[in-house]
Amino acid sequence: MNAPQSSKKHIIAALVENKPGVLNRVVSLFRRRNFNVDSLTVGRTHKAHISRVTMVIDGARLNPRQMAANLYKLVNVVDVKVISEGLHVERDLALVKVRTDDVESYNTVAELCERYPARIIDMGPEVAIVEITARTELVEEFIEKLKPVGIIEIVRTGVIAMGRGKRIQDTEYEPQVFENGQTATVERFSV
Amino acid sequence: MQLTGAEILLECLIREGVEVMFGYPGGAILPTYDAMAKYPQLKHVLVRHEQGASHMADGYARASGRVGVCIATSGPGATNLVTGLATAMMDSVGIVAITGQVARGSIGTDAFQETDVTGVTLPVTKHNYLVMSAAEIPYVVHEAFYIAKSGRPGPVLIDVPKDVQTEKAEFNVENYPPRLKLPGYQVPKGASDEELQAAVELIRQAKKPIILAGHGIMMSGAVQELRELSEVSGIPVTLTLLGKGAMPESHPLCLGMMGMHGHAACNNAIQDADLIIALGMRFDDRVTGNLKTYAPHSKKIHVEIDASEINKNVKVDVGINGDLRTVLGQLLPMAPHKSHAEWMNQIRDWQEDSSEREILNHYSGEGLLGAQVINDLWRCTDGNAITVSDVGQHQMLEAQYYPHQRPQTMLTSGGLGTMGFGFPAAIGAKFAKPDEEVWAVVGDGGFQMTLAELATARQENVDVKIAILNNSFLGMVRQWQEFFYDERYQSTPMVNPDFCKLAEAYSIPSMRVTRRDEIEEAVAYARSIKGPVLIEFVILAEEIVYPMVPAGNDLNNMIRRPKPGENQS
Ligand SMILES: Cc1ncc(C[n+]2csc(CCOP(=O)(O)OP(=O)(O)O)c2C)c(N)n1
Repeated sequence: MNAPQSSKKHIIAALVENKPGVLNRVVSLFRRRNFNVDSLTVGRTHKAHISRVTMVIDGARLNPRQMAANLYKLVNVVDVKVISEGLHVERDLALVKVRTDDVESYNTVAELCERYPARIIDMGPEVAIVEITARTELVEEFIEKLKPVGIIEIVRTGVIAMGRGKRIQDTEYEPQVFENGQTATVERFSV
Repeated sequence: MQLTGAEILLECLIREGVEVMFGYPGGAILPTYDAMAKYPQLKHVLVRHEQGASHMADGYARASGRVGVCIATSGPGATNLVTGLATAMMDSVGIVAITGQVARGSIGTDAFQETDVTGVTLPVTKHNYLVMSAAEIPYVVHEAFYIAKSGRPGPVLIDVPKDVQTEKAEFNVENYPPRLKLPGYQVPKGASDEELQAAVELIRQAKKPIILAGHGIMMSGAVQELRELSEVSGIPVTLTLLGKGAMPESHPLCLGMMGMHGHAACNNAIQDADLIIALGMRFDDRVTGNLKTYAPHSKKIHVEIDASEINKNVKVDVGINGDLRTVLGQLLPMAPHKSHAEWMNQIRDWQEDSSEREILNHYSGEGLLGAQVINDLWRCTDGNAITVSDVGQHQMLEAQYYPHQRPQTMLTSGGLGTMGFGFPAAIGAKFAKPDEEVWAVVGDGGFQMTLAELATARQENVDVKIAILNNSFLGMVRQWQEFFYDERYQSTPMVNPDFCKLAEAYSIPSMRVTRRDEIEEAVAYARSIKGPVLIEFVILAEEIVYPMVPAGNDLNNMIRRPKPGENQS
């Protein structure tokens, strides 16, 4: 539906140890080095001790290789990949609260939800919450279309992405187990 | 064996080879201090300010290549370390700092003397830890030492809550060191064949090559390899400030220091070169000047252990992310045998021009010059002392007039330019190298930032000599004001204490020198005493360090000292 993403945006994913303050370290690095990130999202993986951080940067201002080299200087960063260098899928999720206090606006929203990968997930007498999950460009296009209806509130997750097929980003690493049997992951302080 | 966290900590330090640590006690670190009595083999040096402890650990590490250790209490003790950590970070010095923290249950409550030390030090450490159980201590300590000294070295901080120091845990000596688990931490090794081939090809083609040698040469132990490469391929070597000692400065192919106050011949050669081989240096703005016009005619090879430094400031043709000693070892058998007579003649011409301007060759005034002091200090110590300079004009004069022959003998705060570094770092260096002669070369300004450590030097009878170059000015700032602020000496003249009386108050012998013919005797006097000695050299107030590349200027656009008879321009 949309032109392929502009070549200037890069998506970088980092596997990080799920340890106290790791996100702080990543963000502090960006601020210190004057690296601008368009979006940054972080979440657990299927391994309790590993989290995955996804960042989108503007290639015109920042070289992804330079960024990766800097990320690797953080001891808790396990693996860094420039996801956008190869085949991949990417998704951004937005929740948009829109005005639906008359039939016309409701119809417009419902119609847009047919045309985009979006759906109404909360319907009240005056407002509705619409969810869209798609590539960033599509999410932005959708939001533009909603604007005339009357957007009240927006929240977005930022981009997450994954290499397609055999392009796998994972780690074999298992966390340190101390002599008393405890592991190094301190859940309550993580990320 | 069940031990307290404090005991485990000290046991681990001993197993990491620590012999001395520099520190200052306080509530949150008291359990660890209390446990020290059980480990007399671990010497503790009581400083007078935690900043001093961090610089001592730093000086110890720079002089020895081993990890220096400092220790402080929570809150103000820990924040006082920050300048020393930042200094070590900028110059890639491996130190481990241990700080007490409030008890685990109080963290985050603004408890008495609580500071978020891991937060505060995050940008100025290579890594840091908040230890949440005694059982973790062996793993954390071993990791910390490994991280501090491996790859590109740097400071590592370990924050230990008070109740973790008293908590008991199992510690088995035979299990130490534990196996490291650092999945993302890679220490680069050698170069690939393609990289080596590409580098060799550039060396083969070059007619005007120059090597830029930095601190990395020392840290990877590549002094011999550097010299061989230079000799085999006939390539002159210029040094960064921290690179001094990477190649004997008496060597005919060693040109000395480059950069803002480097030798003009070096800066001219860099701008004229057709090949730059940068080894273990990071193209700091103080050595490049204006990046847009930097070394415009040259191809560039950069060998560097920190991948993020390659192509950061200067785009290079061949970037090799590796350990210098390994990479140069690979390169040497392939290095083309060459000499560059024409190029060397050109460089000699530039050097000739500089020696015509050299003040020592024509100054005959009454007042003492800093340049004379350093030159004579060099002569009287056979050019063989470890010198630890502070920051300012005297530091640049040291770099220009005290040629060093051996690695790890010229210590200074290069990257951060930390005034107050010199004297405590010299104390640390002496602990690392008890058999070497150690001189702190300091200005009257910087010395007053950490002179409290005179008491430490006295208490431990540290055999360091302090040479104060007293110009009653914040000299380097005054020089900038003279050049760039129409001689408005705002807040740079200083009314100083009587440094000799000050020394006397600390029971430290001293001498004041005001004339050149007194220098030799004063240095001899200092050397005759085994213990701290302070020599105050009263120098001219308004000396200028030439040449100077004004910040942002092209590297070869220097303010030069006029030749005798020439007009000041
Ligand atoms: C902690 C700190 N504060 C300020 C400066 C800025 N600064 C650089 S050189 C200098 C003057 C140093 O004067 P002095 O120690 O007397 O040495 P001199 O230049 O006279 O040899 C100053 C203030 C600094 N480098 N470090």
